Amino acid sequence: MADKILAKDKLAEFIAALQKDKDVFAPKLDNDRLVWAPLEKADDIVWEFSNTEMSPKDFFFPQTECMMHFKNDPKAEDGMIMQAEPELAKERALLNIRPCDAKAFGVLDMIFCQDEMTNDVYWRDKREKTLLIGLACNDPCPTCFCTTVGCGPHNEAGLDVLLVDLGDKLLARPISDKGAKALSALPEAAADDAAKAAELKKAAEDSITQGVGTDKISGAEVLDLFNLPMWDRVHESCLNCGTCTFCCPTCHCFDIQDEVQGEAGRRVRNWDYCMSWLFTVHGTGHNPRHGKKERVRQRFMHKFKYIPLKRGGEIGCVGCGRCVQLCPVNIDVREVVNSMNA
Amino acid sequence: MENQEVAQKIQEVAKKLLSEGKVSCVIGFEKGTVPMRERPFFAYTPEEAERLTWTSFCCNNLANFLVRRDLGEAGKVAVVAQGCVSRNIVGLIKENQISREQVFVIGVPSPGMLDRRKVQAEVGAEKVITEVSEDGEDLIVKGKGFEERVPRKKVMRDNCYTCVQRNPVIVDELIGAETEPTHGGNIDKVSAPWEKLQADDRWAEFAENYQTCIRCYACRDACPLCYCHVCFVDEAQPQWCGKTQDESDVLTYHVLRAFHCAGRCTDCGACESACPMGIKVRRLTSKIEKDIREMYGYQAGMDLESKPPMSVYRPDDPQEFIK
Repeated sequence: MADKILAKDKLAEFIAALQKDKDVFAPKLDNDRLVWAPLEKADDIVWEFSNTEMSPKDFFFPQTECMMHFKNDPKAEDGMIMQAEPELAKERALLNIRPCDAKAFGVLDMIFCQDEMTNDVYWRDKREKTLLIGLACNDPCPTCFCTTVGCGPHNEAGLDVLLVDLGDKLLARPISDKGAKALSALPEAAADDAAKAAELKKAAEDSITQGVGTDKISGAEVLDLFNLPMWDRVHESCLNCGTCTFCCPTCHCFDIQDEVQGEAGRRVRNWDYCMSWLFTVHGTGHNPRHGKKERVRQRFMHKFKYIPLKRGGEIGCVGCGRCVQLCPVNIDVREVVNSMNA
Repeated sequence: MENQEVAQKIQEVAKKLLSEGKVSCVIGFEKGTVPMRERPFFAYTPEEAERLTWTSFCCNNLANFLVRRDLGEAGKVAVVAQGCVSRNIVGLIKENQISREQVFVIGVPSPGMLDRRKVQAEVGAEKVITEVSEDGEDLIVKGKGFEERVPRKKVMRDNCYTCVQRNPVIVDELIGAETEPTHGGNIDKVSAPWEKLQADDRWAEFAENYQTCIRCYACRDACPLCYCHVCFVDEAQPQWCGKTQDESDVLTYHVLRAFHCAGRCTDCGACESACPMGIKVRRLTSKIEKDIREMYGYQAGMDLESKPPMSVYRPDDPQEFIK
């Protein structure tokens, strides 16, 4: 599929075309915080940004999501019977999603939709109905390390379209058929434009100098990693809060609750986090991850050993660096993983 | 004393304590991997003590680690403590969580810690800051293609601006000389901006303030008061508090946590610094701090002797509402 060109002064048309059958969202500055928000018009698009503070995973996996509902009345004919939630009514497009976040959805696809039996209808419905138009990073942050975890600032995996900002125009690369369709009205890019995009890619990749090594981790035995003495120190300052997991684009654990209020009942799932004591406590009171050390170790082992082991080498981290920026005690995943890999 | 000099002295004291075996561990800060984020550090050897630092971005409350780490057989530990942290240590002693003998207080008069979000806003939200250094009363903020001087005063944490106790209240070794007790902000003027509002408006402000909360509980987990083995939000048998992002669940958490801090909060600001969403978490606790001061004439953790007002009952209590 040939690269296309989208001039920035033609964006209004492009967005209007998307909006015909889709709700369009894009990163927006809100009180000094970069957040995902509905996009009204092309002029509102932010071009200079690193990434949104929170990952966009809640478009597919909302922090609180009603799974089904029921009438809490055993006597009523339709009482106590779970009713399905409506599917997503309108398609969506996420404009200017960063490649790392799109890659993360690919990792989560492997987990939410593994086979016929493990096929999360909530995740899948929203994934199928969402177009991902990525914006390549030309200027990665000092906390970015995507290139060292199988991703990159211009990575295409998981995207439908990759846009590369060339100043007054964008190189628009169709990745999927869905993406090609969205770009069909655009003119083809000249060889110069593709060359310029390749240059930007190289420069962006080269600017990422701090990263993680995972070669030894992939060869190591699980128990050898599990029993490394480094875990005795890594957890010391950890508060066991949920910041790292909640801002993370690949963390995906949830807790299911049944809620009843008067006649209304619902089954709802909420993000949960392995740093929490409650996450693993058994009904007996026994807790297999009883201490901070066990919980902190779990998060890193999960992303860098267990997921790769089970998902054909895919790492459960895309190097977005959000946890590095937001951890209240600055536990830096790069340091932790490099100690695991030492 | 400049922060760099304080850091040097902290290292000296820590090395001495560790090499003489007076403490098993010194809890202080080391330089973080991102600008404006020093991090709690546990030094067990004199060599490790060389990593200890002190800057205007030591925003965690280290008293927290006296109850959160598994002290177990650790024996005596030393903690670097400015005014608020020392007050929290006093609080933990009074609440029988630790004993005075267990802790060696390396006291440091607080320079007033700075708010990284304010610094970011000062240079522009879209700019990537790569290096921040201190030069007297200024910060030098550097990033790709820019370098700016930002006055410390402009970016001080809200709670540090209105601090009433910069000097540590209990000390085993003081670094430098005691300083002015306050930073000049009038706590009563700014601590409770909602109290003048009508109920409806106050509710609206309250709901809006916590709207972006993701319930990561970083505010709770960064707080040295929140040492309950099972927090009320984690109670599961029966469950007391809903787990969803619905307004009622989120606000229940914040209101209840704030009330649990009544008469105990030192307004250290660790909750606000920890919040990944930049929420003004202190809006509730600082109002309660003010109430406790006005109703009971009490400020948490100022001394080891006075009784915490929420823990005592007097038959001759002058307040009508308590009878």
